Amino acid sequence: MIAATIPRASGLGLKSRHCAEILASRPRVGWFEVHPENYMGAGGPPHRRLAAIRRDYPLSLHGVGLSIGGEGPLDAAHLARLRTLVERYEPGLVSEHLAWSSHEGVYFNDLLPLPYTDGTLARVVEHVDRLQEGLGRPILLENPSSYLTFEESTLAEPAFLGEIARRSGCGLLLDLNNVFVSSQNLGFTPESYIDSFPLDEVGEIHLGGHATEPDGLLVDAHDRAVADPVWALLALVLQRTGVLPVLVEWDNDVPAWPVLHREAVLAQRLLDNCRHARAG
Amino acid sequence: MPAQAELAGALLAADRPAPAGLLPAGRFAVHRNNVVAGLVEALGAAYPAVRSLVGERFFRAAATDFVRREPPRSPVLIDYGGGFAGFLGSFRPAAGLPYLAPVARLERAWLLAYHAAEAAPLPIAALAQMPEAVLGRCRLVPHPSLRLVVSSFPVVALWAANTGRGPHEAVDLDRAETALVVRPEELVVVESLTPGMAAFVATLADDQPLGAAAEAAMRADSGFELGPALGRLFALGAVVGLRQSSFEGDSR
Repeated sequence: MIAATIPRASGLGLKSRHCAEILASRPRVGWFEVHPENYMGAGGPPHRRLAAIRRDYPLSLHGVGLSIGGEGPLDAAHLARLRTLVERYEPGLVSEHLAWSSHEGVYFNDLLPLPYTDGTLARVVEHVDRLQEGLGRPILLENPSSYLTFEESTLAEPAFLGEIARRSGCGLLLDLNNVFVSSQNLGFTPESYIDSFPLDEVGEIHLGGHATEPDGLLVDAHDRAVADPVWALLALVLQRTGVLPVLVEWDNDVPAWPVLHREAVLAQRLLDNCRHARAG
Repeated sequence: MPAQAELAGALLAADRPAPAGLLPAGRFAVHRNNVVAGLVEALGAAYPAVRSLVGERFFRAAATDFVRREPPRSPVLIDYGGGFAGFLGSFRPAAGLPYLAPVARLERAWLLAYHAAEAAPLPIAALAQMPEAVLGRCRLVPHPSLRLVVSSFPVVALWAANTGRGPHEAVDLDRAETALVVRPEELVVVESLTPGMAAFVATLADDQPLGAAAEAAMRADSGFELGPALGRLFALGAVVGLRQSSFEGDSR
């Protein structure tokens, strides 16, 4: 197994259909990311593939199932499963979402929105604390893509996330496609969001493609290439943060490997530009 | 101020209005659609032969009904849908398709085998090292992925024809089949067993000794031959250990 540390380079969401090609050609990709929930079976081809990939590449685990924003207590069984995977695959980063996905034992398989209040803030911080204690390491928490807001919200999302990071010691995963999707759906400018975002806490950036519904609503579909305005947001953020791990997610209508790999090459080009601009 | 209970309740109930306090209220439908569509898609990925047999529209209707009745109880979605075969068996619109539930059971067995724990298959040479006197009392430890699917329909032929693995032609429905499913290495193997072999493997999988399994096989099929049956089972990688019966075990 090579070193665990995720480099400040571009990475890709790992799709099973690409694994044979990746293992045969060992392409230049900084790192890979997977949803741990897809590797929570006892054995089988998923584990065989991931173990082979992990021998040659750093890995990040990006959870979708812990329901950190849930009203109930954190799912201890799921946390234990995640811990087992962390011990087995030694990921360089572990991340989760600012969302809830389970209620009273039912799992909804969607990243559901939270009101941003002092009450939900305290709850999320408590759950992040428990998660970090359970894993024995800090995590990154990702900003959601939003379709609606809650009347009762009293805090803006960047401030809410910043306060979670301050109180829990977690880092943040800044998903720029989510910022763009939310900004268009809720009517703010992505630049204003980034201006108020606690960029010092960001340990990873996500990019992905979104779909546009007939009524103009943007949906975080991860089913196509990264949109131009999202690339522009990456350039803007990197100017302020310097180089960071940048990941491209493409989970539906997954293209052939060369098409996906090209997205990583494009992201790396922006990272290289940023490095040169800072050195120059 | 909708509590999560209210949101959760409205996510799976198509006829319930969106909870108050959301802006814009109509956007709650995005999440409602995500939940149902995502889970229907997860079922479709787990049950491709059922989907192919009934067609996309019927499948979506059945799966949507199932999702609302039996949503996942765990975030490990690769394990979702264990109750789908049972649901299809009592799903009225599918009453004319009695082979649907058995095909779903086979697809579930396939998925469980795919994700089952690893274990190294035992070579048949291991049998030769057992003293002949104790061979009949010996128990074979099945591979953790081993499953049997017993059906009064040709479940393997139907599954193969509807997953692109076998000839897509008319399948004679008046034929019972028992499927053996096992994944000793990378690939999941699905085989149709003869009645003798089916009884043999079922008895072994029930932790009965080799002698009892051979007797059960002979009762099911007088032409059953132990040597070739053992050869086939070991060649499939379906055996990972041998246990000599303890006295305790024998006295049961």
